[in-house]
Amino acid sequence: MDYLDQLEAEAIAILREVAGQFEKPALLFSGGKDSITLVRLAEKAFRPGKFPFPLVHVDTGHNFPEVIEFRDKLVEKIGEKLIIGHVQDAIDSGKVIEQKGKNASRNALQTVTLLETIEKNQFDACIGGARRDEEKARAKERIFSVRDEFGQWDPKRQRPELWNTFNGKIHKGENVRVFPISNWTELDVWNYIKRENIEIPSIYYSHEREVIERNGVLMAAHEFLNMDADDIVQTKSVRFRTVGDMTCTAAVESVKTEIDDIILEISQSKISERGARMDDKVSEAAMEDRKKGGYF
Amino acid sequence: MDILKFLTAGSVDDGKSTLIGRLLYDTGSVLADQLEAIQKSNRKNDDGTVDLAILTDGLKAEREQGITIDVAYKYFQTEKRKFIIADTPGHIQYTRNMVTGASNADLAIILIDARKGVIEQTIRHSYLVSLLALEHVVVCVNKMDMVDYSEEVFDKIHADYHTLATKLNIKEVTFIPVSALRGDNIVFNSEAMPWYKGKNLLEHLETVPVHEIDSLLPARMAVQWVVRPQTDALHDYRGYAGRVLSGAFKLGDVVKVYPSGTSSKISKLETFDGDLQIAEEGKSITLHLEGEIDISRGDMIGEIERAPIVASQIEADICWMDTRELDTSATYFIQHQSKVTRCKIKEVLYKVNINTLEKVNADTFGLNDIGRVEIKTADELAFDPYEINKRNGGAIIIDSRTNVTVGALMLRAAL
Repeated sequence: MDYLDQLEAEAIAILREVAGQFEKPALLFSGGKDSITLVRLAEKAFRPGKFPFPLVHVDTGHNFPEVIEFRDKLVEKIGEKLIIGHVQDAIDSGKVIEQKGKNASRNALQTVTLLETIEKNQFDACIGGARRDEEKARAKERIFSVRDEFGQWDPKRQRPELWNTFNGKIHKGENVRVFPISNWTELDVWNYIKRENIEIPSIYYSHEREVIERNGVLMAAHEFLNMDADDIVQTKSVRFRTVGDMTCTAAVESVKTEIDDIILEISQSKISERGARMDDKVSEAAMEDRKKGGYF
Repeated sequence: MDILKFLTAGSVDDGKSTLIGRLLYDTGSVLADQLEAIQKSNRKNDDGTVDLAILTDGLKAEREQGITIDVAYKYFQTEKRKFIIADTPGHIQYTRNMVTGASNADLAIILIDARKGVIEQTIRHSYLVSLLALEHVVVCVNKMDMVDYSEEVFDKIHADYHTLATKLNIKEVTFIPVSALRGDNIVFNSEAMPWYKGKNLLEHLETVPVHEIDSLLPARMAVQWVVRPQTDALHDYRGYAGRVLSGAFKLGDVVKVYPSGTSSKISKLETFDGDLQIAEEGKSITLHLEGEIDISRGDMIGEIERAPIVASQIEADICWMDTRELDTSATYFIQHQSKVTRCKIKEVLYKVNINTLEKVNADTFGLNDIGRVEIKTADELAFDPYEINKRNGGAIIIDSRTNVTVGALMLRAAL
């Protein structure tokens, strides 16, 4: 079997285990290529039936407009339910306080809204598109990753995961984060998107955009980004390698508009995918710390 | 291109981290930002070169507390294959970690320090490899640079290990003399060992045959989910979703549903991308049967001629993975494929001293203990003996109080 077929078959089996083992699962959908891939895999796992879970989007309010538009079109096309949790609501109610300063981002605030959305809807399993090749904390996370009532990941108390047998038994209040594409790399996802002809938001392809250079990376110049006189706005041909908040997702310079060129560019790139994420540059253990706090 | 999953067995002292680091580094799998982090580090080898072991460094929680967390997965690829490394570090919980890593691996690399030869640890690692029935074993005799790249040293270890492998019934072993530190025979052939005519490690990993559909294995599929759209258009639609565990199903085959024993004919092998004539091992499909049959999650669909063992009294090998000892009076859950039922581990037949391979008497099992037990399950399981078809022979034990996975089972026979 071809490697993409193997990865696909494994991911489908994991999604079906979620359907079989949990009462109220959900698929965390960010509008990025990984969660879009999950949607295709869910179609392969459950059609012609409906998905046994809704899509859940934690909207920071700072998303790329192209991504929100894409999300709504996709949801309409597949005819599945979408639940949106708004970070703005948590800010308005005073549950979280918006960061200040130049590098302010709502990325970290997502966790509160995510946990609230889980609690409100009583989700017992949340499917996410994280991959183990992204980051070393993720390299150690299980495919079925048990979180306590506070959403915390405890790396020391992970269950051993044997064969393809996933233990989803939990106590009330706990939930499981499930990562069906754990064994995929960034390049695998791109090759799969190409093979399956999956539509992705336009910002993954090169386009002209106003950007500023900050901390050695290019950021989209936008009202969500706190800018001052030092920031020089310039127009460049760029594309995005990951899709998160506009305030924490850096662009790469590129003129590539075809998926083959992008795949080639990525396979030759000397910078890891998350090298373009400001949220990981904070410290050596940034991801590990966020996961312990409930981040997905 | 296909995937090879392998695990590396050895301790830090054997240069295991350096070996993995070397593989990643010499295949160009280390990116600039990661490399920059390594070069910035104060950890250097004696000769000032970068310490590649840093590439497998752990989490903050591990560094702070001096512990290691079971399995870390690493990924790289060449033009020939995609590789998934299960890196199982640690001394204390080594057995548990290695069993976990080995359960999903096609191949094991066993590291032997050329200066030490076959030692107790080698026996332990090799026993686990044979217990988990890995198809391929590569013995890397490491630190050849420390023994002047001596062919005699290599030959002696080769002969010693061959004796051990025969005893453990490990069939396919490949021996490669390497120096992970210097990069000899890892990704590049060694100039210092012209006497070695075999493949280097990467060449071997790229070419060893895996995932060839084993047509000798019986067809099995555990039902994970019943697809029932219940819409007007698809009113009578009923599909059984699952993954072909072993063998192959063909359209029109007469199959049985276990444990009930009902038989029916395959009317459709459906996938999102179109219907199939034949569904082979590894494929996730939706299978349709003629007639109305009562099938639910947890059932096993299999061929009639070579039926699985259907039993509720089972003999099995167990690896205990919890700090809390096995309680032979307690009720646990057993999960075999998509089936979960209650069970009791009624009897401990013996424990294995994995350093000497002796069977010893025991009443219970503690963390990392391995041995043979008798199990009674509430519902019948439809399984194959692990040594014949490991794809349908493994199961896990779950503590019903904590919900934690506390044991790995290799099912052997009905009692």
